[in-house]
Amino acid sequence: MRHATFLRFFLPTATAMLLFIALPIISVVIQSVYAPHDQVVIEVQNCTPFGCTKSTAIDQDATKKLREEKPLGRFVGGAIYTDRAHLAFSELGEAWQLASGPGDFLSRVMNLPFYRALVFTLTYMAFVTPLSILLGFIVAMTVNAIPRLMRGPVIFFSLLPMIVTPLVGALILFWMVDSRGILGAAVQWLANNPNLSLKASTTLTWIMLIVYGTWSTSPFAFVVYYAGLQTVPKDTLESAMLDGASRWHRVRYIILPHLMPLTVFMFLIKIMDNFRVFEPIVSFNAGAHAQSLSYFIYSDLGGETRLLSSAAATSVLTIGGVLVLLSPALVRTWRQFGKA
Amino acid sequence: MSGSGLKRPLTLNLILGTFLVLWLVIAIFPFAWTLWGSFKVENDFFSKADWSHALTGPLTQATHGSPFTGAGYEGAWIKEEFWRAALNSLIVVVCVVTISLTFGTLGGYALSRSTHRYAFWLLIVALVFRAMPPITLVSGYLLPFYQWNLWGHLPTAIIVLVAINQPFTLWMLTAFFKNIPKDLDESARVDGCTPFQAFRHVIIPVMWPGVITTGLFSFLLAYNDFVVTAMLLSKQNQTMIPKIASFLGTTQTEGNVMFAVSSVVSVTAPLFLLVMFFQRQIVSGLTAGAVKG
Repeated sequence: MRHATFLRFFLPTATAMLLFIALPIISVVIQSVYAPHDQVVIEVQNCTPFGCTKSTAIDQDATKKLREEKPLGRFVGGAIYTDRAHLAFSELGEAWQLASGPGDFLSRVMNLPFYRALVFTLTYMAFVTPLSILLGFIVAMTVNAIPRLMRGPVIFFSLLPMIVTPLVGALILFWMVDSRGILGAAVQWLANNPNLSLKASTTLTWIMLIVYGTWSTSPFAFVVYYAGLQTVPKDTLESAMLDGASRWHRVRYIILPHLMPLTVFMFLIKIMDNFRVFEPIVSFNAGAHAQSLSYFIYSDLGGETRLLSSAAATSVLTIGGVLVLLSPALVRTWRQFGKA
Repeated sequence: MSGSGLKRPLTLNLILGTFLVLWLVIAIFPFAWTLWGSFKVENDFFSKADWSHALTGPLTQATHGSPFTGAGYEGAWIKEEFWRAALNSLIVVVCVVTISLTFGTLGGYALSRSTHRYAFWLLIVALVFRAMPPITLVSGYLLPFYQWNLWGHLPTAIIVLVAINQPFTLWMLTAFFKNIPKDLDESARVDGCTPFQAFRHVIIPVMWPGVITTGLFSFLLAYNDFVVTAMLLSKQNQTMIPKIASFLGTTQTEGNVMFAVSSVVSVTAPLFLLVMFFQRQIVSGLTAGAVKG
């Protein structure tokens, strides 16, 4: 295909992506080095018969005018990146010097909002990714063992947790684990503590979010593994059986290696997806106990004062994180392409 | 592995059966529970006294004279004007699916037929775009959209969703078009067709299976979106998902939670139908990228 023809076919999608993905990234980067204007302060002299006092007041008109003229704010360079709400270098250094031990250092770091969000995001990713892939694998093996006729309905029901809107799926679970819901009541009964509330504890909130994540993403792993299982070479399995390989050996030495490329693929996709965990935190109303990077940006953008610059700095850092996570895949693709 | 000679031992069958039943309960029960509970009053669905009230509904019986009530649905759809949100969702979803498939088929076709290096790099860039959390982009939209008065309107949200959807659409459709033999359109070109005529008369008639599968995923993305629609739409233009979230913000008065519960059921119902009718396409779409590698 010639360049001109390619361009004509590709122009609509290129324009859309350029305007609404590439330019916003640039806009975010620019926004992140500007801070909102300070209020314009003027000195007012109040004179009374007993003498004059000087006081300061906010010049509302001048402030408004300044903000309208330069909506971006004032240039501050990397100051937002290093402030307390983001990378917090000085606070980190202070924590490093003052901390009595690794545990104390960690708890000091967890008081810094950006690191708290980063730690939750990485924890969520580190648990949900392998758990959902493992659960999906077991379900796929099980479904593969039942009669063909039953598989259709089973697949239908298994898909539901994944297809349902994340915000909605998380709400459904959230209502059930409410202390007045069925799961909440069950947990209270199990723990023998009628006042136990899953929402009040940070650890339990994290566990709840991870359980939701596993529930909603394992169907994807299930479907991919199930499709992979259909392509396992039958004759290899049969010759292994003739050679006396046990059931476990067949799984270990034939099925698992066959599914290995799929597993790598799924890890890549799921790490990407889990890194942007967001909706369940909104549904679980869990912002106080668990903030992901996405939720951190969201809470900066919402609310009374829109902290655009702070949100932009977090966004740039998050995009950096995505690139780091993607880099192994990118390097691999690049090498393959270089060889070809 | 069924019918492969060796019979599974009974204990293994038992374990497999138990596990499968357990999994199905985990997958279905939350939906069934919420559907059932959406016809109760709040103090039955969230019962302080006894969880089983959500099943039997004694307070619903006392308030409405029957163990089932449509009060939650009535309140959400009529009083809180959920129908308006549903209408907005419909507009957004139809537009997003149509536009992104139009853009995506053209772009995906070009990528699949180009032998140049840049086609590969464009796909890599699309992969990076696909990996970025949408909220990071939203924080880039807000200030320009305010300045240019684009904020709050449905078309803005639609075109943003189309753009966010493009990387995925491109990947799926490129993979699909690569499976359509090049000889088809090349022979049309030899017969004197322009590239567009070849696309129009040869590719379009055979591309529908791939387009339908990709369209399903575009539909899901637009329908399920919360980030873009919540941040970029004004209150009267809200779609269903941000509307549900706004019910949660105002749950102080009793009964409002049931508005959220009933609208959650209303939002889930179309998805059930979608999976029921398009199960095969969804499964093939999910596995397309993976199984081929």
